[in-house]
Amino acid sequence: MSERLIGILTDSFGKILLPGLTMTIPLTVISFSIGMVIAVACALVQFAKIKILTPIVRTYIWIIRGTPLLVQLFIIFYGLPNVGIVLDAFTSAVIVFSLSTGAYCAETMRAALESVPRGQMEAGYCVGMSYMQIMRRIVLPQAFRTAFPPLSNSLISLVKDTSLAANITVVEMFMATQRIVARTYEALALYIEVALIYLLFSTVLEQLQRWGEKKLNTYGGQK
Amino acid sequence: MPMLEVKEIRKAFDGLKVLDGVDLSVEKGDVIAILGPSGSGKTTLLRCLNFLETADSGEMIFDGEHFRLGHVSHRDIARLRKKTAFVFQNYNLFLNKTALQNVTEGLIVARKMPRDKADEIARKALEKVGLLDRCDHYPSQLSGGQQQRVAIARALATDPEIIFFDEPTSALDPELIGEVLAVMRQLAEEGMTMLVVTHEMGFARNVSSKVLFMEDGVVVESGASKEFFENPKSERTRAFIRNITGEPAV
Repeated sequence: MSERLIGILTDSFGKILLPGLTMTIPLTVISFSIGMVIAVACALVQFAKIKILTPIVRTYIWIIRGTPLLVQLFIIFYGLPNVGIVLDAFTSAVIVFSLSTGAYCAETMRAALESVPRGQMEAGYCVGMSYMQIMRRIVLPQAFRTAFPPLSNSLISLVKDTSLAANITVVEMFMATQRIVARTYEALALYIEVALIYLLFSTVLEQLQRWGEKKLNTYGGQK
Repeated sequence: MPMLEVKEIRKAFDGLKVLDGVDLSVEKGDVIAILGPSGSGKTTLLRCLNFLETADSGEMIFDGEHFRLGHVSHRDIARLRKKTAFVFQNYNLFLNKTALQNVTEGLIVARKMPRDKADEIARKALEKVGLLDRCDHYPSQLSGGQQQRVAIARALATDPEIIFFDEPTSALDPELIGEVLAVMRQLAEEGMTMLVVTHEMGFARNVSSKVLFMEDGVVVESGASKEFFENPKSERTRAFIRNITGEPAV
């Protein structure tokens, strides 16, 4: 490796990592948090079979899961201005990623809720608890444990998917890398470098997942 | 006056009549064994009494209050459930709670009891079923018999007027049945009112005071246990008793 290339790579490391810390991570954390709120709400609506809301939720999930993220980003950022709604790039990205996370994780949560044995609910009623008390204290905690690995998967996917926001001018890690490539023409080395930084982020999350699963495993196997 | 009375209770699932006009009368201190072949409606009867299933029609009188089954409000259901307790065939302990928490949950959450008082009651209940030393174990760390005893402690702790048992020993290994029956016998001797769907003839004959024998959604015969086993009135009852007490046909 030439000295010039080593120089570019060390030089660019900070320049790529910085937007990673100030853009990729906040974008991921904010979108995932909002997405989880949406997901739990949608899962509960479907679990309780609430009449008018269930078809609305199903339609939302159908649309979001059935269309590409990139297209959704373009509709919100480049499309909406045509009807007078102008959102800045970061807001657009948060909206799209939240809705996407919400739709996928709603399905995860719904399946997890349905996997909790029916008898848990009945036992709750029999000791005098209300529906809400049983959901909050018995069913949801058990569902979260079941859902934890697939939800972690969604989070790791989201970290990588935020690179799509480069297409709507969000200056996150990938956009920052593209700019350095445009100046230096070292595409291979720099894209590998950014890939490694994504890998680093994902690895940290995987470790967190492993730690979390251990924590959640205190009450042993589900029967 | 009976503490709990049910008249003409009916329930159908998709047109199939599971309960076809069952009457039941429970006095305080009664231990009633509900017997009958599979599919006779025993479990459904018990579940209707605790509103886990909604009966299509019938009348319930509980502590002098009248209810039209199928038209009982959520509020009344919640109130009635707090006077009763239910022990399930497959225990249904809260999987994410320890044995102690399983017992305190209904006290702290549903009855707003202070934690230290609930803990005290729960410990007494667990001691009674012989599991105080297992109070910090999760259900997955307990045997079936132990889980069912915790479930009985959970039922006892809420100080119910009546406990419903739905085949409490049917899911247990034969070796573990005895420990659960022993606890139930102790409760019966202490005067607890119990309604027990069971296949344990020893329990029905020796512990229960009355027997209700059901088939095809109706009561075939009911009466005092001794009378039921020694002097059954109907031919169907005689055949049932012969089948379960005689040598199995090989």
